[in-house]
Amino acid sequence: MRKQYLPKDSLPALYEALRKRGYKIIAPHVHDGAIVFSEQHSPDTLPWGWQEETEPGRYQLQHTERDNKSENPARAFAWNNGPQGIKPWLFKPKQEMWRAEETENGLRFRQPDYAAEPIAFIGARACDLAALNLQDKHFIQGHYPDPFYSAQRQQLLLVAVNCQRSASTCFCTSTGDGPEALFGYDLLLDELDEGFLIEAKSEVGDEILVELALELPLELPLDACEQSLLEQAEQQLQQAAQQQRKMPSDSELRLLQNKLDDQRWHEIAEKCLACGNCTLVCPTCFCSKQESNSEKLGEVSLASVQTFHPEQSDNNDVASQVRVWDSCFSEQHSHIAGKNIRPEISQRYRQWLLHKLLMWQEQFGRSGCVGCGRCISWCPVGIDLVEEANLLLRSELDQAVEQATGERP
Amino acid sequence: MSVVLHTDHMVHLPKVASFVPVPARLIKKDQESDGLYTLHLEICSQQPEHIQQFARFQFGQFNMLSIMGIGEIPISIMGWQDGLLMHTIRSVGRVSEALNNLQPGSQIGLRGPFGQGWPLTDFTGRDLIFITAGLGCAPVVAAINYAVAHKQQYRRIVILQGVKHHQDLLWQSKYDEWRDKGDCQVLLAASEENKRKYHWRLGLVTELLELAEFDPSHCSVMMCGPEIMMLAALKQLNKQQVDESEVYLSLERNFQCGLGSCGHCQLGPYFVCKDGPVFHYPQIKPWFGHTGF
Ligand SMILES: Cc1cc2nc3c(=O)[nH]c(=O)nc-3n(C[C@H](O)[C@H](O)[C@H](O)COP(=O)(O)OP(=O)(O)OC[C@H]3O[C@@H](n4cnc5c(N)ncnc54)[C@H](O)[C@@H]3O)c2cc1C
Ligand code: SF4
Ligand code: SF4
Ligand code: SF4
Ligand code: FES
Repeated sequence: MRKQYLPKDSLPALYEALRKRGYKIIAPHVHDGAIVFSEQHSPDTLPWGWQEETEPGRYQLQHTERDNKSENPARAFAWNNGPQGIKPWLFKPKQEMWRAEETENGLRFRQPDYAAEPIAFIGARACDLAALNLQDKHFIQGHYPDPFYSAQRQQLLLVAVNCQRSASTCFCTSTGDGPEALFGYDLLLDELDEGFLIEAKSEVGDEILVELALELPLELPLDACEQSLLEQAEQQLQQAAQQQRKMPSDSELRLLQNKLDDQRWHEIAEKCLACGNCTLVCPTCFCSKQESNSEKLGEVSLASVQTFHPEQSDNNDVASQVRVWDSCFSEQHSHIAGKNIRPEISQRYRQWLLHKLLMWQEQFGRSGCVGCGRCISWCPVGIDLVEEANLLLRSELDQAVEQATGERP
Repeated sequence: MSVVLHTDHMVHLPKVASFVPVPARLIKKDQESDGLYTLHLEICSQQPEHIQQFARFQFGQFNMLSIMGIGEIPISIMGWQDGLLMHTIRSVGRVSEALNNLQPGSQIGLRGPFGQGWPLTDFTGRDLIFITAGLGCAPVVAAINYAVAHKQQYRRIVILQGVKHHQDLLWQSKYDEWRDKGDCQVLLAASEENKRKYHWRLGLVTELLELAEFDPSHCSVMMCGPEIMMLAALKQLNKQQVDESEVYLSLERNFQCGLGSCGHCQLGPYFVCKDGPVFHYPQIKPWFGHTGF
């Protein structure tokens, strides 16, 4: 597919081309000390020169320019990730499922109009694309495709970016999901000092590139670009090799099946606040709960609600059902009449870790962790999923090494 | 060329009715006992396929019942009679109580039927053993009714039910009917009283198993009730040489969506709402009875 050089000052043309095709542009920017995504109108708001410094329980942005301004001019994608992935744009934190209205013939239920709009998402990383692929499996390829997610998914255009460094919490090389974006995008950016190498991977992406070329006669110093890209790739490889964390492989993670009653769960529970942050920032978690609203009833007390007869109402809309994100760390998550299946935090942490790393494999054919490291940075007490997985498996992994080498590690 | 957006599977239109309820009208309510009631519901949709959809259910499947502005809960399908859908419900909280307070003529929302039911047709030619405990094991009652009505397809039918007090037993007359007219072996136990009454024993439903007459090598077992009871029954069945591959059981978890999306009902790698609620025991054995799963 088409590959071109896109000078920095041609970025507005890219934005314009996307807008002309009807896309709302969702791009990264700095907000409240983190990199977040929202509608943006100009490339000026990209996080030029920002980079995150992160470790378990800590995430802080700092400006790259301060360190080496001369050799490394400010880049837009020098950071790796923020608390969000693509998840909130498809599996929305709040989604109205249906609305009930009163008609002459009684109740009528209808699905709300999907708010699906063409979105161009700029700045997706390899791990985000891998996570998106997993959410597609859950929300689209299951028995009942989710109409809301599916509709928005079809309207999504992805402009991916190759990572050129790894944050200290990244471990995508060990899960096999990064740092290079290989699939699932329409356009891919490789950032160079003075511009970008832009590559199309889908038909729409290609058309957009054609349009760009038509509008601006680009010089194509492709050879020079390839050279500097090659250098960057090498750097990237080195960076990746230095990723400090290593998630055990899927087959190793299967041994977690032997750890259902491990003492370690109780040790983690002493630290874990059951706040659910790790599940909220995780790009693959999909839990939700449903809330029933009765807007016309407003402040009427529950007692009278219980004998409420929709027939006697005068307002048309009588109720709506809203789906909101939930977490297996919440107390209500596993509640059944008069009983909670997972009353202990140790059991909830176990559900989270085992679902993500073990049960996901059975459900979706691979582990549910794509190595983005978000749950590590955003856990208020710095619990490290990779460390926990390795600790839990230590004896099993040692045994495997011993069998393979005949030596005690 | 390599277009990588995975759009090929998106051509299936979502089954809208699964996400959005269909209206149903309460025609009649039977008060079975204090706090226990059966709703008879008429599907009010203008679309005939909706009526078909609810009429064609498997025993052991469930519907999601919603009452406007209060909530939505999973309830087993008890039966379909005279064009009406039946649900037997125990009032335990917010939604189940609101449903109990409904007056005939009121409308609710229905989504379903969902989940896997009892594979009754696989049990042809075998002894059937139904083991239940607690109140109103609706999914099993529907299956028993069917089995009794199609007795010629099966061999012996054994029905074991345990409750705390004998008056907790739902549908006493049904049990009499199954025993007397249906030619089934019916054994009942109350754990907290010694009611000197014919057919009643003091104790647990598991103890009834010893009195049950069936062929351990040609039987299929269907269980539903508290997990602790089902674990005990599994032990006893094992003692009596029943292979665990003959056992099916219905499970309960928190359900929010009913269709494999919300993540609430997970048990190990399974989503109880879509892979269950009826499971073949060997399938869930590694997880079943393990606290916290
Ligand atoms: C497959 C299946 C079949 C069932 N069949 C029947 C039946 O035939 N008859 C019957 O009486 N009961 C049945 N139940 C149990 C019934 O769903 C609960 O008693 C009911 O959800 C309680 O809701 P509540 O609002 O009245 O209780 P509350 O305790 O006030 O509220 C609990 C809330 O938790 C949520 N919840 C989700 N799933 C459950 C659950 N399983 N138990 C409790 N709360 C839940 C709901 O939002 C509910 O409103 C079944 C459950 C399952 C999973
Ligand atoms: S489990 Fe943690 S590291 Fe893995 S994908 Fe989720 S947030 Fe990222
Ligand atoms: S059960 Fe927990 S780990 Fe699994 S998807 Fe839900 S929130 Fe995430
Ligand atoms: S592991 Fe950390 S982020 Fe997750 S629930 Fe526990 S304290 Fe919160
Ligand atoms: S009830 Fe939502 S996944 Fe099972």
